[in-house]
Amino acid sequence: MTEKKEDDAQNPTRRNVLFKAGVAVNAVAGVLLAIPIVGYIFSAFAHPKLVGAEAWIALGDADSYVTGQTRLATYRNPFTRSWDGATAEIPCWVRRVEDQKFQVFAINCTHLGCPVRWFQESKLFMCPCHGGIYYEDGSRAAGPPPRGLFEYSTKVENGTLYVKGGILPTLSEPLSS
Amino acid sequence: MLRSVYNWLDKRLYLTKLFRSTAGHHVPASSGSWFYVFGSATLLCFILQIITGTLLALVYVPSTNEAWNSLQYLNHVQYLGWYLRALHNWGSNFMVALMTIHMVQVFLFGAYKYPRELTWVSGVFLLVATLAMAFTGQVMRFDEDAYWGLGIGASITGRVPLIGDRLVHLLLGGPIIAGETLSRFFALHVFVIPAIIIGIVGMHLRLVLTKGINEYPVPGKPVRRDTYDGEYEKVIEKQGVPFVPDAIGKDLIFAALVLVLILACSAIFGPAGPSGPPDPTRVDTVPRPDFYFLSVFAALALLPDWMETVVLFVTPVMMVGLLFILPFISGTGEKSARKRPVAVLSVITIFLVLGTLTYMGDTSPWSPKMNAWSSQPVPVDLLQHRTPLETRGALVLQNKQCRNCHSLEGHGGQRGPALDGVASRLTRDQLIRQVIQGGGNMPAYGKNLSPPEVNSLVAFMLTLHSPSRPQARDSAQPQVPASKKVSGKSQ
Repeated sequence: MTEKKEDDAQNPTRRNVLFKAGVAVNAVAGVLLAIPIVGYIFSAFAHPKLVGAEAWIALGDADSYVTGQTRLATYRNPFTRSWDGATAEIPCWVRRVEDQKFQVFAINCTHLGCPVRWFQESKLFMCPCHGGIYYEDGSRAAGPPPRGLFEYSTKVENGTLYVKGGILPTLSEPLSS
Repeated sequence: MLRSVYNWLDKRLYLTKLFRSTAGHHVPASSGSWFYVFGSATLLCFILQIITGTLLALVYVPSTNEAWNSLQYLNHVQYLGWYLRALHNWGSNFMVALMTIHMVQVFLFGAYKYPRELTWVSGVFLLVATLAMAFTGQVMRFDEDAYWGLGIGASITGRVPLIGDRLVHLLLGGPIIAGETLSRFFALHVFVIPAIIIGIVGMHLRLVLTKGINEYPVPGKPVRRDTYDGEYEKVIEKQGVPFVPDAIGKDLIFAALVLVLILACSAIFGPAGPSGPPDPTRVDTVPRPDFYFLSVFAALALLPDWMETVVLFVTPVMMVGLLFILPFISGTGEKSARKRPVAVLSVITIFLVLGTLTYMGDTSPWSPKMNAWSSQPVPVDLLQHRTPLETRGALVLQNKQCRNCHSLEGHGGQRGPALDGVASRLTRDQLIRQVIQGGGNMPAYGKNLSPPEVNSLVAFMLTLHSPSRPQARDSAQPQVPASKKVSGKSQ
């Protein structure tokens, strides 16, 4: 058996040349196949901003928000697919600080993304998951959150309030300011 | 006639030969034990999950727009749809439970030791894969808990340094939870992970055939690498019995029992959810994960925030890593649990920790009770014989949502300390400071309360002490005048 192998190594036969060539050709073909597969799965790494670019979104008439008050507003995700259903509607908390000054907070707690709820009377945001608490201006008040609420960039044009959004804010990708 | 048909098939398929080398292989007679039935029962659950899962897929629509509706359709319109959903849910509960028992049994019986290291390692892969099935399955039940559960998953992923944002996109199939997210979890739950499980189960079973089933451990008979294989061969020679039919009896009885229990639980308790629709604009929700992940959920609330990110990523890797290397660091020696006190204590400790965390995750005392302020009035007996100022203070306490975190007579949140008896712990000055400045995990209310509100609130809280325990007093102040002064103000 070993003799035969040595023999083969010294005098390559047609068969084992074909075998080696077959393996080599398939390795190349495999790499060619792997490129689109890996690219498809990891498209987030190839083009992170292709879909995730944030856009300005209208939040309605600026005067529908009362100065000194905070209330819930919802907007339609700027990058939707027709099968998104209810998940395309994104809520956020709008605080009208002064006449032309707005603060718009993401609904997601900075701890683990649960929806924070506004309590008008105590002027606090409370999170139902792990008890994160934030003040009216979005700064962290108590509990496990590592930072204050994520805040959208805002602008008012022609009496309409706009925010820049379109992503789920996380600690590594907070909303762009 | 039947015999000749069988013989005809056997000549072509070698069925007898196949049987002898698989189901009919010889196992130690001592392994025909009631302790050895959990692995086969876990496999039974997995097969049941494939069957019920396929049946659910006949109706379920894996689209963010339709998934929740199709679950409602399964529950209420499709004939026996609710029961198939219940079977799939209870099948998964039983699968996780039986897998855990199987793993504990294997650990306590030293079955992971030489030469069955790879059997154990493949089992750890199956544990991880099964938990992945449980998490992705929870997403298939695409309701509000699933939506916010994905949010939690994305937020955890977002804490990965450097590439966190891209990993979030990879997990969600985009920058936000939307159409592609459910499709991706559907593919994982239905194609990818089951295929992986089937492959590893094949290897797991193959190893049971090649390396044999663990003989019932005997205290004082340690495993040694150089002698074990010979000893095991002798055991098989002397007391070996074919697995089918001699050793499988208890497996069969237990399997039938498990099946009947799953059928009964499904009929009695029904399917799980779905809860409210996956509509993120409904913010009055209290997201909770399924049972299996409540312990993790609890740990995330109880960890100090500075170590959270580290624990989130290091602990799971360490725990799974420890399971992987277990057979390589303790591959020989005693098998019997009677001679392995550390092993027994480890199991007890792990289950006490998991049990406590799961219980805490279920009760979540750290979360504010979001509607306590509007649903649980101040107990009447605390309001009797109070001055107008104190009564006003009780109103402030209620209106300012203090009750969301502080309980009175057992009603209200448990985030902060109960306020019964607060006056015997804190003086008037301390109460005022605590309310205005906060601290110790309490927000500062200085900006949200007017001085008259603070005054009345503190006046009310000073009445909250039991008759047998006097009010707290400031030790820097002379006792008699101070207590007169304080009681004069508060009564």
